[in-house]
Amino acid sequence: MTEPTLILAFESSCDETSVAVIKDGVEVLSNIVATQIASHQRFGGVVPEVASRHHIEQITKCTDEALAEAGVSYDQLSAVAVTYGPGLVGSLLVGVTAAKTVAWAHHLPLVPVNHMTGHLYAARFVGEFKYPQLALLVSGGHTELVYMVEEHQYQIIGETRDDAAGEAYDKIGRVMGVNYPAGKTVDEWAAKGNDTFHFPRAMEKEANFDFSFSGLKSAFINTVHNAHQRGETLNKYDLAASFQQSVVDVLAEKTVKALHRYPAEQFILAGGVAANHGLRQRLQHDLSKEFPDMTILQAPLKYCGDNAAMIGAAGTVNYLYGDRAGWDLNAVPGLSFPRMNPVTE
Amino acid sequence: MGYDDEGKTKGAFTVKILAIDTSNHPLTIALVEGGRLLATTTYNMVKNHSIYVMPTIDQLMKQVHWQPADLDRVVVAQGPGSYTGVRIAVTTAKVLADTIDCELVGVSSLAVLAANVPPISDQLVVPFFDARRGNVYAGGYQWQGGKLVEQFADTHVAMSQLVTQLADQEKSVVMVGQLTRKIKQHFDSNFPGNVQLLSPGYAVPAAYQLALLGQDQQPIENIDSFVPHYLLLTEAEVEWKKQHPHAPHRNYVQEV
Repeated sequence: MTEPTLILAFESSCDETSVAVIKDGVEVLSNIVATQIASHQRFGGVVPEVASRHHIEQITKCTDEALAEAGVSYDQLSAVAVTYGPGLVGSLLVGVTAAKTVAWAHHLPLVPVNHMTGHLYAARFVGEFKYPQLALLVSGGHTELVYMVEEHQYQIIGETRDDAAGEAYDKIGRVMGVNYPAGKTVDEWAAKGNDTFHFPRAMEKEANFDFSFSGLKSAFINTVHNAHQRGETLNKYDLAASFQQSVVDVLAEKTVKALHRYPAEQFILAGGVAANHGLRQRLQHDLSKEFPDMTILQAPLKYCGDNAAMIGAAGTVNYLYGDRAGWDLNAVPGLSFPRMNPVTE
Repeated sequence: MGYDDEGKTKGAFTVKILAIDTSNHPLTIALVEGGRLLATTTYNMVKNHSIYVMPTIDQLMKQVHWQPADLDRVVVAQGPGSYTGVRIAVTTAKVLADTIDCELVGVSSLAVLAANVPPISDQLVVPFFDARRGNVYAGGYQWQGGKLVEQFADTHVAMSQLVTQLADQEKSVVMVGQLTRKIKQHFDSNFPGNVQLLSPGYAVPAAYQLALLGQDQQPIENIDSFVPHYLLLTEAEVEWKKQHPHAPHRNYVQEV
């Protein structure tokens, strides 16, 4: 019997301090997540210096709990994996420094993980991966279509040119009095309303796979402000439904277009916004109709937000491919997959 | 840490200390055994401590043939200073002490500078760091019976105001720190007669001094709660407190 691969994983790229132990890349032995949402709600959004301060408060407690809950000791570990970007630099540095220290102290390999690979691998907890694969990764900081010809090779074929989808949710949420993170509430309201406002669908007709959400956001804010000046109150459920319909239309249509250009055995939806019910239903419906032979994996709801379990899953793959970081590993706040050359059709 | 040199497991002569200070541009790390310096490295103008801290510790440890688990105590400069800089040393020290289960001690980053000044009693030592916009972090220390004793707590203050206050001191005062161009923009460099600014040769922190300051201190009881001494709330929190003066304190981070 071969020894299991046991990875201790750290994630601190934004407002969650998380440490997990993952067995053989798929089994979550523990996943401790300390969230700072209540703190940043005081300010209406994540304040980087406050986030960094919370991370250092939580880091040892989360580590000890992750190991204890997993029932794993340091000498059983295969490696330490850590998110080194993208994210907030001060936040990333706490996790990177902690991971380096633990790896150094126990003579363990240090495995660097791109946070977006982590989001992708959240879907690994619900099924095996097949290639070629196309993933739509949507979160508060990122919106991108990633194509993988084979395992461990990532290329961006389309991404947002301005706001990330999750960021747009937070901004229009604020206009409706919904505190950050607004996605869940807007999603719930959207289910109770109808698309009566017909907001613009940005870049829908363009021959590329990029997104833009700032025009939609502005149209939304103008609609609300104009109504406010006229003394009217608009139906919040219809506002939410109209906004969400526009976001979901653009994401779904670009995804379908991308899959025609880059055929895939499997489609993956992951990232914080992948928890959105409207988006999950729409993609499942459209893609299974259009591409009946393609399998669809959606990241489970509990692993859509930031967590170290997904970093451990991605870290296991990186570990097996021999990815190693030196003790000089630094945070890379703008880390990104390589971009495939723009398609000219 | 025991000081029983009658042959108990850990006598003062064998205690192994790792000391780390990255509170400002300088990075200084030392390995000290039984009060004796074995190895140290200091860089004075480090832009990115994250790149240098762990490789430097690794190098020094290899030179003296210590394993991480050999360490008895980690002593860290706990602030004030650059928020990110302090966090890198404190994260390293806190996680290391937790993961190998050794003692952890925090020492004021300002005290580390003060310790560079020779022990002349009856003299107030005032170390300072640039804290931007004409402000400094500063503290008051004095050598008493071979120990550095705090006279006034580390604080965040305008350099001009600090110097004015020091003029009222009856004792002579020596200030130690780097009078950067940024501080000079807000401060006319006029020191009163009783206040002397020491040469920059005293203004580089030495991790050996840090280790000596930390070797007799009581170790931290609850390592999880160990955090930097920033001295200042974040601007966002200051604003929020102004708007919510009566909000009760609560724990803003929850495990989910």
